[in-house]
Amino acid sequence: MSGAQLPVPPPLVIPETKPFWDGTKAGRLVLPRCLRCSFVIWYPRQFCPECGHTPVEWFEASGHGSIYSFTIVRRGEGAYRDTPQYVLAFVELQEGPRVMTNLIDCNPAQLRIGEPVRAVFCDAGDSAALLRFRPLIPR
Amino acid sequence: MSLSGKTSIVGAYEHPGRDLPDRSAAQIHAEVALGALADAGLGLQDVDGYFCNGQLGFGAISLAEYIGLKHLRYTDSTFTGGSSYLCHVGHAAIAVASGKCRIALVTQGARVRGIVRGPKLPSDTPEYAFEAPYGETNIGIYALAAQRHMHEYGTTARQLAEVKAAAAYHAQFNPNALLRKPVTVEEVLSSPLVADPLHRLDCCVITDGGGAVIVTSSEVAADLKRRSVKVLGHAEAIKHTMSGRLDVTYTAAVWSGPAAFEEASVTPADIDYASIYDSFTITVLMTLEDLGFCKKGQGGAFVADGALRIGGRLPVNTDGGGLCNNHPGYQGGMIKIIEAVRQLRGEARPEVQVKNCELALAHGTGGGISRLCSATLILARGDA
Repeated sequence: MSGAQLPVPPPLVIPETKPFWDGTKAGRLVLPRCLRCSFVIWYPRQFCPECGHTPVEWFEASGHGSIYSFTIVRRGEGAYRDTPQYVLAFVELQEGPRVMTNLIDCNPAQLRIGEPVRAVFCDAGDSAALLRFRPLIPR
Repeated sequence: MSLSGKTSIVGAYEHPGRDLPDRSAAQIHAEVALGALADAGLGLQDVDGYFCNGQLGFGAISLAEYIGLKHLRYTDSTFTGGSSYLCHVGHAAIAVASGKCRIALVTQGARVRGIVRGPKLPSDTPEYAFEAPYGETNIGIYALAAQRHMHEYGTTARQLAEVKAAAAYHAQFNPNALLRKPVTVEEVLSSPLVADPLHRLDCCVITDGGGAVIVTSSEVAADLKRRSVKVLGHAEAIKHTMSGRLDVTYTAAVWSGPAAFEEASVTPADIDYASIYDSFTITVLMTLEDLGFCKKGQGGAFVADGALRIGGRLPVNTDGGGLCNNHPGYQGGMIKIIEAVRQLRGEARPEVQVKNCELALAHGTGGGISRLCSATLILARGDA
């Protein structure tokens, strides 16, 4: 399943989350981290939902993670209505957060929970790219 | 202050329709309101508290006008998806017990069949930009939970399928159920995969319709003719992605369950019948674990030997549940309450009536498995 076949619906970019989306546009995974408790926050916010501190700092994450769970969706909705099947997943980033994503450039039948993956960025219009993942070791 | 036993459900009505193309949602709200009031031996003029999910029109106001509720002193349009109605009964019990209202009406009415479901959320919902672009679907989220549950605990697709088979066994006795045909585990497993490991038959039905219940004080209940059902315990809790550290193998029932049992001063072992929210088969299995009917991770083994069927260790969803009977407007909580009321009144279908049913649990799950509300009610047979 290659990434080129998947829809890339442009996300709504707002000032609060623009640093994250600017990162994706430049091919970098940029995440917010609390300046007080160092918690790595997901989804991106400009305050810390763990300790209530404001502001946060934005840092470049490794882009490495592992599969927490995945499913092959065979009945998409909305922008995915005409996509025969795709892999919806939660990936656990090396920095802690578990993020919703798609796994691409893979054979879905060979995917395994715990398998290492790395970030890829799929262009989604002028202001964002979608954060997706592919297996670290191609099969 | 414990609310246990101070209030009772005195009227309940499930709309008999499942496919209602000629009705408006408001009409369904009114039909079920009148049905539940008639069941209680009360009239519109008696209602002074009104509860609905606020999705139709201007919160509770539009429907109060449409139904003809003219003496409202208290309203609540809490929206927590399919668990809304269990929250409403709890909130109504609090309002009645504290004197804010005397006769509380809770209604659900929905018209969804044949209508393409639009986006679940407005695009400015904070999580939307980080999930919707990836093709997130409700079944996809539950599939992710099922997959992880299988990975951590060895749960199997066959065990999940028994949840559907048990519901279908019960549904054959319910003439109003959308799906009445018994279904085998093998038939579930051979139905098309929608999102691995969930098959089409692991999913609930989509229906029109709804239901209503009436909550009042247990003193008022004692003066009414019909057998009432005491509200012994109520609790609700919200669980979400926890700033990105989500764990999809459990629900907020790990919090709502113990709190409701504590308020009711009973334990899971005391429960004679349980209505467990069944948007998908995995929802039931995880909820049974979280409520303490079995150990975490043992849900598969618990359901596999027929425990959920009438005559089993814990009869569940004897109306056929959302999996076969009714899941109006993608929200099954109201129907969960109503079947528990039937069981406690001794008015379930004879083939599925639990003998000497004195204590029941009704549980609702609203939202997806990554962010949801769990609401638990403990109900007891009241005065005839």
